[in-house]
Amino acid sequence: MHLDAKIPAGPIEKKWDKHRFDMKLVNPANKRKYEVIVVGTGLAGASAAATLGELGYRVKCFTYHDSARRAHSIAAQGGINAAKNYQGDGDSIFRLFYDTVKGGDFRSREANVYRLAQVSLNIIDQAVAQGVPFAREYGGYLANRSFGGAQVSRTFYARGQTGQQLLLGCYQALQRQVALGTVELHTRQEMLDLVVVDGVARGIVTRDLVSGKVEQHAGHAVVLATGGYSNVFFLSTNAKACNVTATWRAAKRGAGFANPCYTQIHPTCIPPSGDYQSKLTLMSESLRNDGRIWVPAKAGDDRPAGQIPESERDYYLERFYPSFGNLSPRDISSRRAKEMVDTGHGVGPLHNGVYLDFKDAIARLGQETIAERYGNLFEMYEKITGENPYEVPMRIYPAPHYTMGGLWVDYNLMSNVPGLFVLGEANFSDHGANRLGASALMQGLADGYFVAPLTVGNYLATIPREPVTTDHAAFADVERDVRQKTERLMSVNGHKTVDEFHIELGRVMWEACGMERNGASLKAALEKIPDIRERFWKEVRVPGSADTLNQSIEKAGRVADFLEFGEIMCWDALTREESCGAHYRSEHTTPDGEAARNDRDFSFVSVWEFQGVGKEPTLHKEPLEFENVQPSTRSYK
Amino acid sequence: MNLTLHVWRQDEPTARGRFETYQAKDVSEHASFLEMLDVVNESLIHEGKEPIAFEHDCREGICGSCGMMINGVPHGPRNLTAACQLHMRLFRDGDEIWIEPWRATGFPILRDLVVDRSAFDRIINAGGYVSVRTGSAPDANAVPVRKHEADRAMDAAACIGCGACVAACPNASAMLFTSAKVAHLGLLPQGQPERYTRVVDMIAQHDLEGFGTCTNHGACQEACPKGISIDFIARLNRDLLVASWKAAEPEAVVGG
Repeated sequence: MHLDAKIPAGPIEKKWDKHRFDMKLVNPANKRKYEVIVVGTGLAGASAAATLGELGYRVKCFTYHDSARRAHSIAAQGGINAAKNYQGDGDSIFRLFYDTVKGGDFRSREANVYRLAQVSLNIIDQAVAQGVPFAREYGGYLANRSFGGAQVSRTFYARGQTGQQLLLGCYQALQRQVALGTVELHTRQEMLDLVVVDGVARGIVTRDLVSGKVEQHAGHAVVLATGGYSNVFFLSTNAKACNVTATWRAAKRGAGFANPCYTQIHPTCIPPSGDYQSKLTLMSESLRNDGRIWVPAKAGDDRPAGQIPESERDYYLERFYPSFGNLSPRDISSRRAKEMVDTGHGVGPLHNGVYLDFKDAIARLGQETIAERYGNLFEMYEKITGENPYEVPMRIYPAPHYTMGGLWVDYNLMSNVPGLFVLGEANFSDHGANRLGASALMQGLADGYFVAPLTVGNYLATIPREPVTTDHAAFADVERDVRQKTERLMSVNGHKTVDEFHIELGRVMWEACGMERNGASLKAALEKIPDIRERFWKEVRVPGSADTLNQSIEKAGRVADFLEFGEIMCWDALTREESCGAHYRSEHTTPDGEAARNDRDFSFVSVWEFQGVGKEPTLHKEPLEFENVQPSTRSYK
Repeated sequence: MNLTLHVWRQDEPTARGRFETYQAKDVSEHASFLEMLDVVNESLIHEGKEPIAFEHDCREGICGSCGMMINGVPHGPRNLTAACQLHMRLFRDGDEIWIEPWRATGFPILRDLVVDRSAFDRIINAGGYVSVRTGSAPDANAVPVRKHEADRAMDAAACIGCGACVAACPNASAMLFTSAKVAHLGLLPQGQPERYTRVVDMIAQHDLEGFGTCTNHGACQEACPKGISIDFIARLNRDLLVASWKAAEPEAVVGG
């Protein structure tokens, strides 16, 4: 596997400008001779498809939803970062770049992150021009807030619905291109495989989710913007349909999968309430600005929160981290919550949470102020749990939330398979081992609006303009594989449901490769996953028929892929013998229990090459070099 | 709690549908309505039957995928709540629950509780956007927007496109959906250049899709999980009136 990051030469602040000039252009009259396939209509996919269409390329865009407005980008609550420095509080492109590299625990690529910080400015301009109703001050100018422990206020927001409003902006831009005829939008079509012709990405095979029809689609380039894989854990904050199929299929066709073990756990989610639990709900991290986190000091103390006197409460984050307290970073807060629950201090009927208490804040600021700040979140909590957080403390627990890992891409966002571009959460590029709050929306839109439309054009300018067709035998071969897999799933006719296997896999992944990992449990998981997979293919029952709308077959295909993908996550976590960012190996800690990063041996991107189902994948390394930010150790004590 | 469910089952768009009755046993009051259906579906699969098809995704009340009539009410008995955020503690042991898809000419049924809402996308295609080229926008703070208008625009933009308004309306009108987009963009300075063509084109598409006319019942705003107000329909009608006056003004001759 050949990994060339293609980082342009020159000082970091000039790289993107220089590259934009160096890139080849396609003559406007020739643009319509190129067809580009875009898979996914979240922030990255919809913005890329709309922009490529507007530039004059012929775009075919695919989503498994009924509409391009439903992708999970829509659920992002908090906001989007941009180095606008509208607050005059000392922000700059370099500071956003610096914070992101440091926040990623020095496991991301400097050049990509710098470009992200640069184009963050354009994103806000673009969104406002589209009519995204960001929060404003009385003078009519845009409001900002500080988010996720940042020392500057650089987060733009639209109430608690920033993801929704940004996605609607992209969706509307996309639908405009659909109306203009530059984008052909295929809804309810799921990509099931990638077609590689002579080493080059040339198309995809899809299944129509209403008719079950399997179709071949050819293009001069394929852009994947298919999101992350947190649902490998079964319970996560991701939407139910989020899956790894598109990127995993590409990996099986030769694309390198980078850093799969970097999965982020969000500290403030509502704990599961029973076996029927289908997903976890995130409560915005902003709650930690005013809430105090505690557990009963005595393990197994079952008294209601109100009956536990102050002297018998353990405000453990304030105790461990006096300077950051309840605002300690996501990974640290999550691990400490797990430690409390594991040692018997968990609260709630299932003893699976910790308290987030607003009593002191209400006493200090009044209920009205708290309602103004968090009213909608309190209401959502009440809807789900039936408890009133103005009266009793919230119960929270960490949950899988975002995956920093993804397909390996170079500076142009192209994978090692020429013609295959990967954007947004689906790629690995910008967040290193840990993503900062309000940076996911920024990256999705940076990739989709401002990077890929240019770099895809540069690629197209170097390849022949001849029309691409599905005539090549590779298309028929891939279609046959897809049909065979579907037929095989339908024909097992066992006695267990798809969800039962997904839950079983999720438990193994959460225990071994979740918030805390260690060599022994990862090795055990590598024994268990193939066993679950084997039983899946013998015992699963997929009811109904494959040529109608059949949600069971959709789920079955996705879970079958998770059952292969889970192993590569464990291989990655096992071989990364250090703790960095969200990846915490209990063997690699400092004497006081904090993560111990090892820059001497592990300052690289792990890129995995698929070798066959159940076979150990091959590890390739892209070394990381830091010329502008010196790696340092995070401390929140 | 134990419940009796009467669920609309329909194999495909042209097939005849029917209610089928299922028992949901030992349902936890903490489960969401969709989790209750998940449990029923798991047992149906174990019995060798086909599970009930229903749309859902984020299960946080924001993606707009889910939606069903629950005892004749879109998204069920709790105000400002999508079906995915409805919890079983609102029901009582022994309750009978009737579950049906949205019923409207503009929303053909695909299977069971799944309907085709692509008409909403086509209404957006007709003008529910601001025409702005990627990269051509001025600085975001170049145009101040009064906070009041920005907040009102956000109230309208909160629409999740679920279709409950259509399902609630005795005329199966999609006016609340359409007016929310017209108001969202029409309230902002960025939406002014296309304001009057937008409203005319979107209404034309709305009518073409087979949605009915608004007769001010207000059932839509009661059903809306996001609390979109019918004041926006009044606003749309004002814009439509102004647009009709503007139509009398001759268009400029096209030229350079």
